[in-house]
Amino acid sequence: MSIVIKRKPLNFLEKLYLPEIARGLSTTFKKIWEKPVTLEYPEQRPTIPEGYRGVPTLVKDPEGREKCVSCQLCEFVCPPKAIRITPGEIPEGSEYAHVEKGPQEFEIDMLRCIYCGMCQEVCPEEAIWLQNQFSLSGYSREELVNNKEKLYELGGTLPDEHFKWKKKKEAAEHGSGH
Amino acid sequence: MDVNPVILKFVYAAIVVSVIMGLCSYAVLAERKISSWIQGRVGPNRTSLPLIGGIPIIGRFLTRLGIFQPIPDGLKFLFKEDVVPAHVNKFYFIMAPVIALVPALTTVVVVPFGRFVTEAGEVIPLVLANVNVGLLFLFAISSLGVYGVVLAGWSSNSKYPFLGGIRASAQMISYELAMGVSVLPILIWVNAPGREGTLNLFDIAQAQNGFWFAMWMPVSAIIFLVCLFAETNRLPFDMAESETELVSGFHTEYSSFKFGLFFVGEYAHMVVGSCVFTLLFLGGWNPMPFVTLEALGFGEGILGAVLSVGIFLGKMCGMMFFFMWIRWTLPRFRYDQVMKLGWKILLPLSIANLVVYTIFIFYLDTKL
Repeated sequence: MSIVIKRKPLNFLEKLYLPEIARGLSTTFKKIWEKPVTLEYPEQRPTIPEGYRGVPTLVKDPEGREKCVSCQLCEFVCPPKAIRITPGEIPEGSEYAHVEKGPQEFEIDMLRCIYCGMCQEVCPEEAIWLQNQFSLSGYSREELVNNKEKLYELGGTLPDEHFKWKKKKEAAEHGSGH
Repeated sequence: MDVNPVILKFVYAAIVVSVIMGLCSYAVLAERKISSWIQGRVGPNRTSLPLIGGIPIIGRFLTRLGIFQPIPDGLKFLFKEDVVPAHVNKFYFIMAPVIALVPALTTVVVVPFGRFVTEAGEVIPLVLANVNVGLLFLFAISSLGVYGVVLAGWSSNSKYPFLGGIRASAQMISYELAMGVSVLPILIWVNAPGREGTLNLFDIAQAQNGFWFAMWMPVSAIIFLVCLFAETNRLPFDMAESETELVSGFHTEYSSFKFGLFFVGEYAHMVVGSCVFTLLFLGGWNPMPFVTLEALGFGEGILGAVLSVGIFLGKMCGMMFFFMWIRWTLPRFRYDQVMKLGWKILLPLSIANLVVYTIFIFYLDTKL
């Protein structure tokens, strides 16, 4: 059902235009003295809201271990196929030898990435995070493919309460708690 | 010192034209700044000159104010690629921007911008050409400006400029009438019987020692102002450009310096229009109604002349501000509304205004 809204006929003063123009002018004149609502971008940055989906990054846990176990779920879920993972073994002598795998190489092509955040959603290890960086630029295509090193540099360390692999190791050493 | 008066006139003309051009470029800056303030933005605030911009506080202040912005703005117009589309009529296409700018700069010669009182009490107008038919000359030449717009629209040989050109010419015809009729009461008053007949802008300004004409002929002033907006193609009457409907109207096909000429022409028109409105209705260089510079004791000599020019320029800048203020307040009229306003409201109103003031002035002159 359509609703017909009757437009009120203009009264005499409104038909004269001039008082209404004066009203408009006073509004804009007041606006002149107000503080600008814009940010001067490169110097002033917007506050990034929580849960913002910026550039995807890889994170380490507070112990400095890389969390990614190269399960490749993100690679499979990625709609634009921006992620390319080369899985690798964890070397025998490593402290984290009990972790099954780790990425040998991890590449995210930022020219393809659509910032959908599915990789973050799908990651069982919470290793890939879309963080706050929102502006990204480069001079060549190669430059815009983030490799593993770059991803960890961007990602840094996020607080982690689970320490899943640490607990697994402890369980293996001291007997299972289950 | 004996200088050839012809050379002297050339020097004066060069000074006046460069002042006008300077005013135009800073009017562009003012437009950008005022629009940004009204819209809650900051406006141009980056451009800086190496030396002046480096001065601790002042430099930063000037940079924030965008004082140096007109320089790159102008340079941009000079150095961008100048495209002449293949389908245009080259001769008129190149001539149009010149025709748009020249009348605006020509009208400046009859616009007095101050007065100089010699010790003998003789009042000398500060004007390039003190023509007795000043106002007529001004109306005649400034109307030619629309030829630039029409030619541009027509020679561009594409639909949007064409529509823009047609609108500009129709609008010009509609508003020129009301504009001309609206100043007639002033001329009747200034040329009352027993006074020396004149159309000189200087004399009209000098006649406003007491009442300013805007005060006792407000209807004339308003009609003239509205028509001035229409004549200068400023919002809410920028039918020729109307960038939301016609891409950018008559100068759609123009680029680089040719566009720059149109741009400067528009602002030069505004400057001249503001000058004329100040002279006709806002008392010229009289600081306040009923208060002349002479009454304040600044009548004679260089100081008086400088003050008169200063007051005049101040009022003119106020008018320029008003032009911009209106632009960023009002939306554009629809084309039919423009025509309706011009023919059905302003023209009858101006004629009625003329009749009423004619009777009134006749009464004043004969019965009192």
